[in-house]
Amino acid sequence: MSQLAHVHQEEMSYARRLRLNRWGLWMFLVSESFMFAGLFAARFYLWGNTRPELDQTLGLVLTSILLVSSFFMNRAEVAISQGHRKEFLRSLLVTFFLGAAFLVGVVGFEWGLFLPEGPHIRPSDGAFGAVLYGMTGMHAFHVLTGLIFILVVWNLGRKGGFSPERYWGVEACAVYWHFVDLVWVFFYPALYLIGEVAKLH
Amino acid sequence: MVHLMSTALVRGLLGQAVGFLLGLVLVLAGRGLLGLDTSWEAARQPALVSAALVSVLGFMLASGMVEDWLKEMRGEPAPLRHGPPEGRPGWWRYLSVDYNHKVIGIQYGATSIILLGLAGLVAVIFRLELTKPGIEFLDPNRFNTLIGWHGIVMIAAILLGVGGMANYLIPLMVGARDMAFPRLNAFAFWINVPAVVLVVLALFWGWDTGWTGYPPLGVFSLAGIDLFYIGVFVVGLSSILGAINIIATSLGMRARGMTLFRMPIFVWAMLATSLIALTATQLIGLSFLMVVLERTFGMHFFTPILTEHAKAIGSPPGNPLLFQHLFWFYSHPAVYIFVLPGLGIISELLPVFSRKPLFGYKWVAMASMAIALVGFLVWGHHMFTSGMSDIMRVTMMWTTLLVAVPTGIKFFNWLGTMWGGKLTFPTPMLFVLGALSIFLIGGLSGPPNGTVTTDLFLHDTYWIVGHFHATMFGGFLFPYIAAVYYWFPKVTGRMYNERLGKLHFWLMTPAFWAMSLSQMMAGLWGMRRRIVDYDPALGIEPFHLVTTVAGIVIFIAMLIFVGNIVWSAVKGPVAEANPWKSRSPEFQVPSPVPEFNYDRPLVVVGDPYDYARPEPYVVFASSSAAD
Ligand code: HEM
Ligand SMILES: [Cu+2]
Repeated sequence: MSQLAHVHQEEMSYARRLRLNRWGLWMFLVSESFMFAGLFAARFYLWGNTRPELDQTLGLVLTSILLVSSFFMNRAEVAISQGHRKEFLRSLLVTFFLGAAFLVGVVGFEWGLFLPEGPHIRPSDGAFGAVLYGMTGMHAFHVLTGLIFILVVWNLGRKGGFSPERYWGVEACAVYWHFVDLVWVFFYPALYLIGEVAKLH
Repeated sequence: MVHLMSTALVRGLLGQAVGFLLGLVLVLAGRGLLGLDTSWEAARQPALVSAALVSVLGFMLASGMVEDWLKEMRGEPAPLRHGPPEGRPGWWRYLSVDYNHKVIGIQYGATSIILLGLAGLVAVIFRLELTKPGIEFLDPNRFNTLIGWHGIVMIAAILLGVGGMANYLIPLMVGARDMAFPRLNAFAFWINVPAVVLVVLALFWGWDTGWTGYPPLGVFSLAGIDLFYIGVFVVGLSSILGAINIIATSLGMRARGMTLFRMPIFVWAMLATSLIALTATQLIGLSFLMVVLERTFGMHFFTPILTEHAKAIGSPPGNPLLFQHLFWFYSHPAVYIFVLPGLGIISELLPVFSRKPLFGYKWVAMASMAIALVGFLVWGHHMFTSGMSDIMRVTMMWTTLLVAVPTGIKFFNWLGTMWGGKLTFPTPMLFVLGALSIFLIGGLSGPPNGTVTTDLFLHDTYWIVGHFHATMFGGFLFPYIAAVYYWFPKVTGRMYNERLGKLHFWLMTPAFWAMSLSQMMAGLWGMRRRIVDYDPALGIEPFHLVTTVAGIVIFIAMLIFVGNIVWSAVKGPVAEANPWKSRSPEFQVPSPVPEFNYDRPLVVVGDPYDYARPEPYVVFASSSAAD
């Protein structure tokens, strides 16, 4: 590395770097929320005041799992900020498994991949199928990327990365995870609760 | 040769080719395993979608762009490689992953000019077809493919041109050494390359919706349309990442003393632009993604097709209007992504060549913001004939006419800036004035489109084509060209040829006027958009002839431009550090700008455009940053 390059590296203090990184992440989430809002709007545009018959127990269980996972994610972040590495890693793993359970629930049961009789609603079933799979699919994709993020952070933490002074990676992962969780807080009622169940013909 | 093979461009393209094949094989093998039909006819659509997606991954992996990030994820140190690469020829870094914002700016700019040329060439081809009624040499599908390709590639070229100006200029203007996120910056540039490759590949199969990709036609269109949708989606991703970087840089990296209202006005313009790009872009991405899902998995978002089972569960049908809402929620604000930077360049250059302060600086800055915000509320003016509700039509009409207010403010501020100034007319200034004259026709032809009653007649005619070419040339292309000429000595350290520059201007401006006005006339006389043929009885052949000839003149003028800058970059006379006597910080350092811009921190002590006063805008702090 040349002399100049070295200067450039050191020029920006960690605090300044951190502030810029935070802005970057939050702007990315603002951007993402426009995409999710687009799907949300599509739900109301196409479904209006109706909704398909969905498995309410499944919806409630999935939602609870995801909310609880956010709690453990928060614990992980607090733990590393206080230097409790064991606790941090453990909470992160719990978050991971809860998130994975959510994913399996959506893909395996809501989408019927694990059901012998297949899904009750298929992707090609008019606006019901399109919007249901579109919204849960886009959200599940974000859960999946969040899970990968958690694994990366967990692995880095295991190798001794992060300290109470410097844990931006954990913070970013946590904020992202809470965001994905928050999106579901809007999607769940839009899919499962709002509107009247369409009459079967 | 060894050097060429090791560039990110070549490695990436090879990776993309491998990825493309891999994507095809994946789908064919998967279908084979599931016992589905593996004939090319049946498998082509999903295979192309998968190939497109995997090919973009292939490019990014093979180009080496993500290596540093992968290392960091594994916990290995990956310090930012900055500075010129060792043991490589000078051109190498421009074809490789480099984190210097000036290199990235030039990468963006050069790519945009190449795309402008290609899309322009395609326009000349289909204009030749339109010169006479009847079908001469393009069948309808080819014709439609070419107009769609022209439109979308021009849009990509504009987005890249904006990226070029922003990346090169913003760190210099705010007194920073680089953008806030140099790696993200390089990523945002490089991901455009595989995207453009996809859009080029789309030509092979073709598609017939034009640049808007409207369903239902988009759902049933030719096979090239998936590559078009995915290519645009990826360009959109680049646009979003670029916007994050621009906002963080201009808000977070400003020099000491540079309050918001002491920023160069171009930075304001880019801030407004980036707010739109950051948010609205998601919706064109979403709408295109939804059509690809509908095509691939039969998810009927946009076509009212109900299966027996869908009827049984009482599902409502899909609706093509939903697409138009999502699409225009981006694509109207997008026109401001194109023009706000250009208007910023106009505001930036006029004071320099008038030797006067920018008239009403704060108003100009706030007008950019106002245009950006109100621009979010007008998308429905593209849907007046679509069957949208009357309430929406009237609301969107009023909001549309409201946008004319901040645009008008800018216009009067420009006139006020020139008023009583000591005007000089080198090529950049000529292009600024040309831009004003052209943007004026574009702007004046807007309100008739924005008024429901008149638009019912004008919609989907060549009038609209004339309107938006005038806004894009006046609002983007002319200012962009002005910017290239203006910063050319700063970028290359050499001067362009002034006589060729003037020739370029005097060929292009009248030709553009003729082209735009004849397009509008043809439209008023009944010429429809996006159709290969027309009725000779309309009597519009003369207009078409003028449009075609003028288009060719514009193309030749642009060739002169490219020739001038390429030749001058190598052979031009050495330029002074500040040929335009500008107050802007980048003109206070030698040309070309040193690797790390400023070796001492900047301090802002005055106003950016106060040409009446002797004291400077910026001074350099006495202590060096290096110690
Ligand atoms: C006074 C300001 C403007 C007004 C009131 C206005 C109004 C409109 C309206 C109502 C349409 C739709 C017409 C139709 O399809 O029937 C339209 C089309 C268009 N305008 Fe403008 N416009 C203005 C300025 C601009 C600017 C600054 C741009 C920037 C590039 C622009 C770019 C376009 C484009 C690209 C289209 C065509 C889109 C398409 O259908 O392919 N306009 N304009
Ligand atoms: Cu518009």
